[in-house]
Amino acid sequence: MGKKLLLKNAHIEGIRYFETYRKHGGYEAAEKALKMKPEEILEEVKTSGLRGRGGAGFPTGMKWSFLAKPEGVPRHLVVNADESEPGTFKDRYLMEFLPHLLIEGMLISSYTLGSNTSYIYIRGEYSWIPDILEEAIDEAKAAGFLGKNILGTGFDLEIYVQRGAGAYICGEETALLESLEGRRGNPRLKPPFPAVKGLWERPTVVNNVESIAAVVPIIEIGGAEYAKIGVGRSTGTKLISACGNINKPGVYEIDMTITVEEFIYSDEYCGGIPNGKKLKACIPGGSSVPIVPANLLLKTINGEPRYMNYESLADGGFATGTMMGSGGFIVLDEDQCVVNHTMTLARFYNHESCGQCTPCREGTGWMYKILKKIEKGEGKMEDIDLLWDIQRKIEGNTICPLGDAAAWPVAAAIRHFRDEFEWHVNNPELSQTQNYGIANYADPIPAVSNS
Amino acid sequence: MSETIAFKPESLAQVHKIIARYPEGRQKSALIPVLHLAQKEFDGWLAVPVMDYVAELLSITPIEVYEVATFYTMFNMKPVGKYVLEVCRTGPCMLNGSDNILDHIRKKLNIKDGETSEDGLFTLKPAECLGACGYAPMMQLGKFFHENLTIEKVDEILDLCRQGAIALD
Repeated sequence: MGKKLLLKNAHIEGIRYFETYRKHGGYEAAEKALKMKPEEILEEVKTSGLRGRGGAGFPTGMKWSFLAKPEGVPRHLVVNADESEPGTFKDRYLMEFLPHLLIEGMLISSYTLGSNTSYIYIRGEYSWIPDILEEAIDEAKAAGFLGKNILGTGFDLEIYVQRGAGAYICGEETALLESLEGRRGNPRLKPPFPAVKGLWERPTVVNNVESIAAVVPIIEIGGAEYAKIGVGRSTGTKLISACGNINKPGVYEIDMTITVEEFIYSDEYCGGIPNGKKLKACIPGGSSVPIVPANLLLKTINGEPRYMNYESLADGGFATGTMMGSGGFIVLDEDQCVVNHTMTLARFYNHESCGQCTPCREGTGWMYKILKKIEKGEGKMEDIDLLWDIQRKIEGNTICPLGDAAAWPVAAAIRHFRDEFEWHVNNPELSQTQNYGIANYADPIPAVSNS
Repeated sequence: MSETIAFKPESLAQVHKIIARYPEGRQKSALIPVLHLAQKEFDGWLAVPVMDYVAELLSITPIEVYEVATFYTMFNMKPVGKYVLEVCRTGPCMLNGSDNILDHIRKKLNIKDGETSEDGLFTLKPAECLGACGYAPMMQLGKFFHENLTIEKVDEILDLCRQGAIALD
């Protein structure tokens, strides 16, 4: 069994409620933190090596240290609960089953940052979860952990839950702030960064739900102890939401020292692939990160086992590696069609592009159209090159990372599965009734092109 | 829609409670939560007079409401059926058979994507990733998710809708 920090009490009945949460050590970290100086807490978070759990992996302590503190200007903490990256459903799990862990994390973080009004921006479709969070907020308030003069420290905190309304782009922090201000979710140009000018032009820190929840065990055991868990710069534990063709889909907490092979095949985690089928490919960090074929997933290009952590998953760069991303782990078995799967992702990004930047607005539309054409057996060989060309013209040419996020899945699918695209073009009729299958993706490792 | 559009008193109280979450003069921040309330109260979609009413409530211009309402997928810009079936079809759901679920609903209700059944009961709204990837295929119905769908489960849900026996809120 791996080390559990966030989900260690998830199995306890009633842990959703204050009384049970408190009975099992809940809010003890907050009590400890509120006796510390904010700078001391910041040091603990820095020492812990915690990296943003939303997908970008930016060190949380460093992000906090950028927060501007002009005299007389209120600051805000905004929790990003706009979990919308295909394959990702870990924050939902935390909020649904352990709402007080988030509230306690917000209390400690708000105290550290000097935010007296903090917000949780949650995706609109999680429409039953605000009730759970608001109930937890009321309970915490009744127990004196929120509201005025918390635990007699003189620190005040109100937490509000705000629902979005169906826009993936609002997971991008500046789009989220726009949305929270009652506007379309169009990302802002940076700089200024939210740490200087964020919500209502006030200094703001935007953090993912899991990052804020992780602050609780960091205070509990100390930053140095937290940093001992895991390996290298992948410290602590990470929630992985596993889905696709696996026996045991769900949310798992891992300590980032296990191999990808163990994660997929051991009964403690995914439990292998249903019906004894073979592994074809995997997107290990949410739909935006590169898809890799089985051989490159289980082993790096140097033949080393690949581990479930930031560095190992990224080993080999985009040529042969992928990314940890949000931890949305999507498994494809031998019967899945990479062209069709990539088409659904292209449709997703086309639907979710805010339309502000031309390369993304137009490019995502063209990628979707071309992929649909190939998938239906109506594609030409030059369409594959055209797709490659379009994704290259999107990447790096947009205000926010949605453009990259839309380009990478298409690029990786062509990079590793080009023969499957060509097969669709060459076999327009057969491709409508049959899948390409596993072909040669498992062994040996296909040649890697540098295109 | 009647000429006089107004929230019920309890909804209006809710609107004021929401506005109080933000600093003075930042009441526009309440726009999305208030549009959710409006859509729920006024027949499941946002007609122009409803949006104008919301603009007035928040002391903003109507265009500020229109541009937001049209941006976000959850706001319906035309009338919908009593039951809006939002079936996810993105990657992970596709891997688990969401295409079959969608086909089944299209055939059974004799509607295309975005259309409403003749009896006015059902609207089919294919959705992009709703965050239930581990419990795929799935659909959202009102406030709740229905997960690990099979054709049989879908039929059961449609029957329950027809009987008015399914929770939307």
